[in-house]
Formats: sequence, structure tokens, C-alpha cells
Amino acid sequence: MLEIKNLHVKLEEEDKAILKGVDLTVEAGKVHAIMGPNGSGKSTLSYVLSGRDGYEVTDGGASLEGEDILEMEPEERAAAGLFLAFQYPVEIPGVGNMTFLRTAVNAQRKARGEEELSAGEFLKVIRAKAKDLKIDADMLKRPVNVGFSGGEKKRNEILQMAMLEPKMCILDETDSGLDVDAMKLVADGVNALRGEGRAFLVITHYQRLLDHIKPDVVHIMADGRIVKTGGPELALEVETNGYGDLLESA
Amino acid sequence: MVAQPKLDALNARLDALTQSAGGGWLGAAREDALGRLKAVGLPHRRDEYWRYTDPSALVSVAPAAGGEDEEADPFDEIDCFEITIEDGEPSWRGDLPEGIDIGSVAQEGSADIHWARDIYGVLEAAGSRPVTRSLAMLNTAFATDGLLLHVHGTVDMPIHIRYVGGGDPILHHCVKIDSQASVTLLESGYPGARFNTVMEVDIADGGACDHIRIQGRGADRHANTHLFARLGSESAFKSFTLSQNGTLTRNEAVLDLTGDDASAHVAGAAIGANAFHHDDTVFVTHGALNCESRQVFKKVLRDGATGVFQGKILVKEGAQKTDGYQISQSLLLDDDSVFLAKPELEIYADDVACSHGSTTGAIDETALFYLRSRGVPRKDAEDLLVLSFLAEAVEEIADEELRQHVTDLLEGWLRD
Repeated sequence: MLEIKNLHVKLEEEDKAILKGVDLTVEAGKVHAIMGPNGSGKSTLSYVLSGRDGYEVTDGGASLEGEDILEMEPEERAAAGLFLAFQYPVEIPGVGNMTFLRTAVNAQRKARGEEELSAGEFLKVIRAKAKDLKIDADMLKRPVNVGFSGGEKKRNEILQMAMLEPKMCILDETDSGLDVDAMKLVADGVNALRGEGRAFLVITHYQRLLDHIKPDVVHIMADGRIVKTGGPELALEVETNGYGDLLESA
Repeated sequence: MVAQPKLDALNARLDALTQSAGGGWLGAAREDALGRLKAVGLPHRRDEYWRYTDPSALVSVAPAAGGEDEEADPFDEIDCFEITIEDGEPSWRGDLPEGIDIGSVAQEGSADIHWARDIYGVLEAAGSRPVTRSLAMLNTAFATDGLLLHVHGTVDMPIHIRYVGGGDPILHHCVKIDSQASVTLLESGYPGARFNTVMEVDIADGGACDHIRIQGRGADRHANTHLFARLGSESAFKSFTLSQNGTLTRNEAVLDLTGDDASAHVAGAAIGANAFHHDDTVFVTHGALNCESRQVFKKVLRDGATGVFQGKILVKEGAQKTDGYQISQSLLLDDDSVFLAKPELEIYADDVACSHGSTTGAIDETALFYLRSRGVPRKDAEDLLVLSFLAEAVEEIADEELRQHVTDLLEGWLRD
């Protein structure tokens, strides 16, 4: 599904290397987790994959189902099936959540040569999916993320993911700012989307999210590289011993 | 004493105008305005009040050549009573809604006694006292026609003033709203390549007026509009203007809160590119207790467009518990556009809350990336962010149906 090879990335504005040769392959239907200390490059990896400005790829590459995504515009990557759940979802005053979602869904359908959903069809689908995530009608009507609590924002991200039905989902610290109940709700939303060949890359500091979203593979990232890869037990090791021991042994 | 070049410009302009015949209340008001105009002359770039907007195209003897507004009626889907002003002449058909009488300046100006005598040129003269508004004086003196709307009840259907045609018209409307009466006024289209309109709105105690104006998006528009409102106790006035394109637009709003507990809101959303020059000039006077006022102006500028905002809140001595708010913001879509803002507060009471803010910024790159990462193409994402930026101004429209209607219209304009 997602293949990252020897990816080197630096900041566009300054001469500072962030990713220093990332190699990572995520197979269809699998859930991979990336853990790592602050500043290890986890968020940068998610931004570079989804096409945010401000980064320069100096070497290596990344492909989604064999297609080079680094040359694509962000909207093209989305249409190709990539989705990033933001660590800090953006507030957009004056634009209704529903309007935003319908615009996004139909833009992707159009880009893929599919017919756009009518307002009625769209409403039917979104109501069912919103209900599962405990998102009420009022939240759908309100401006995108404006006045949403931390938990509501993250649930709204998962709702977008459910509506857009991407192939490759990247979750950037989706657990940050969530209480236990909210994390459970978000995790349930993600778990409901597992399967059907859909792959996940879950970026997190802590093991606790991985209690709810069970990963197939866990990677440890440090200083711009994947330094260790293993099964779910690796996450538990981090939880017990911290990153220090792991990094020394790596 | 008016300087010679100004006098020459004034005389040249006046030579090209004919004062409509007629005595009555109108004749007296016109003479008075002409006298006031001759004492101050026409505006010039060197006048402080025209520092950011060159008025020469508005004061020249003849207007620049320009096309007509070919825009479809933007309120087509709204159930309303329509008054058409074609080539400067008003006409309407059908039964009037309850609660309103409609007349025209040309037909009723020669009467000896008329309610309009207490409004026509009176609100304008009061508004021209703290700041010289020569083009409003010129309008009072030379308007060829206009509407006289007397609202004496709750008018349950909006009154839509629709301008069509061309030329260089000068129109002057008076609106009298009785105590506890209310009306929604819609204005759309523009009456010519260049036009000068004045609307005076006098709202008695407990009366209410909502005013929504769509100035269209013709590229040749040269417009100078004045809105004067006088508010009695517990009355409410709300005005919103949407404009796109146009070469030179100066919309002045002069709001006078004269009775306690009154509320006045004025808002504008404008979008323009290239030679677009759009100026909102506002003067709000708090002259009574416990009044509230709000100014919300948003401009989206690209390719060298210019936006101007001059907004003042004057709180007179004794106008305690005043709540005044003013915000003017521009969204610059490139490096070539300019936004000039001059917010002013002048306060002579000690127990008031007045705030003002002005910002100029580019499109939020994080928000743009967020939308694009959801698959929304760049242009559509920018349009959504433009709508988002303008929303605070559009939200000043109180009626939900009309607000949604204006939002949809704006979305359509952005897509075109």
C-alpha cells in the first residue's frame, strides 16, 4: 500500500534535515504504529506524505499503490486515497461542517470520475456515520471545528475519514488532548474502518492509544530514522522503559 | 471661502446639472443644499476625508463611459414587493403590502406640506455638519427623483428597490418609520455607469429597519452612496452591503443614535481585483444612553485592488453605557493589493465600552492545506476560505432566509 524508501527531508526555509533516510512499508489491511520521542520527525513524515508546503525532499521517495505521491498536489493525494487526521484540526469559521464535508466528498468523487452525491444521498450517509461517532446534528451544522472541544475535533476527523473512505489513513497524534472516554470513542471509530484492505499509520507518543487500536507492527522513530521495528510488544517496552534504553540499544 | 480651482470645478459640474422645477417643501430643501454646497465646493483628493480615495471620477462633469449592469435580479427567489427604478424613474405595480405607503420625490415634491419635509436633506445636513459631505449635498440639491417610503405598520414582505438602466442618475430616497413599525428594504443592481444615491432613514421609537443591498459585480461601476439613519429610542437599524468588482465605490453610512436603548449595525462584504477601489466610510454618533452600535467590514482584494475603511465612533457627552464595536479586515490574495484603514474613536462619556480592530492578512496556509488534504482543489479551498473570511459580515443579516440567500449568491459569484 504505502512504500517509503530512504526518504530524506529538510525544511525549505532553513538548512535543517528532519528525516534522514526513512524506510517503511505498510501493507494493505495492516495497522502500523510509529512511536518516538518529541522532535524525532513523526509529524514531519505525516506532513510530507500528505503534501504540506514548507518541506523539501532531498532524497528517496514515497509511493501509494505504486504511484509516486510526492509529486502530487495535496488534493491529488487525497483523491488517490491518502488521508491525514490532524493533530490540531483547523477551525474554519463561517463554513458549515456539512458544507465542508460535502464539498470534500464530491471533489474526490469528481477527481476519480465518479458521480457526485446528491444532497439527499449525502445526508443519509453522513447521518448514519455521525451517529456511530456520537456526533449530533448540531455539530454537523456548526462551522468546521469552531467551538468544538478537543474530543469533538478528533471525532470530527474520524467522521471525515469515514465519509472519504481512504485507502491509507495517517493518524497524527490523534490521542493528544483526549480523555479516556473520548479516546475510546475515537478508537472505536477507527476500528470500525479497519479491514477491506485499508491500511493505517498511527503516530503516537504513548502506548495507551495502541491498547484500543491494536497495531500489527510497531516502529520506533528517532532522529529522522526508523530505528527499531517489532510487534505490539515493542510499544509495551516503551511504556515500561521509556525511549532511552531502546535508543541506546538501537 | 472656497479656493478658486475648487470653485471652477464646482461651477463646471453645476453647469451640467439642472435643478428640477418645483416649489413646495422640496424646492426649499434643494435651495438650502445648494447654498451649503457652494460654501464648501466639491471634494478633492487633498481633503482629509478623501485622502485614500480620489473622487475625481465622481465629481467630473461627465461620467466615464461604462456598461450597464446585466446581472440577473439577485433577489429573484425572494418573495418581495418590487419597485423598479429604470433610467432614474421609479415604478411599481400591484397592491402595496400592508403597513407602507409609497410615493416618489418627483410627484410629491411640489406639495406644501409633506412628512418628507422633516427628512429630505435634514438628516443629510445633520450628517454633513461634523464632516463635509459635498456629494450628498449635491444629491440633495439635484436629485431628479427618489422614493418616499412611509412605514406605519409591520410590513411582512421585503420592499425591493431594483435599479436598472444606464446614465448618470442622482437619486434621493426618504424612509419614515413610525413608532413600533418595521420594514426590510432590499436594494439591488445599480442605476448607471456612475450614480449618486442618498437614502435617509428616520426611525421613530421602537421602529426597526433591515437594509440589505447587493451592488452587483459590474466592472465599470462608479458609485457614491450615502445612507443616513436617525434612530429613536429602542429602535433598531441594520444595514448590509455586498459588492464585487466596480472601478470606484464609496459607500458612506452616517448613523445617529438619538434615543436611549437604540441599536445600529452596519456591515459590508466586498470582493475585487485589479482597478477595484472600494471605500466604506462610516460615522456613528452615540447621543443617548445605553445604545449599541456595530461596524463589520470585510474586503477581499487581489491583483492590485485597493480597499479603504474610514470608521468613526463618536460618543457624545452623557451617552453613558454606550457599547460600540468596530472591526475592519482585509484578506489580501497577493502582494499587489492594498488595504487602508482609519479607525477613529472620539469619546466624551466616561462609562462606555468601545472597541475597534483592523487587520490585514493573507490566506491561512494551514487552513488551505487542511481543506486540500481533504481533496478540495486549491481554487475551491480558497473560495471556501474567502467565504469563511466574509462570514462575520454576512452574519449581520438578521433574517435567516435572506442570509442564506446572500451566502449562496456569494458562493455562486466565487465559482463563476
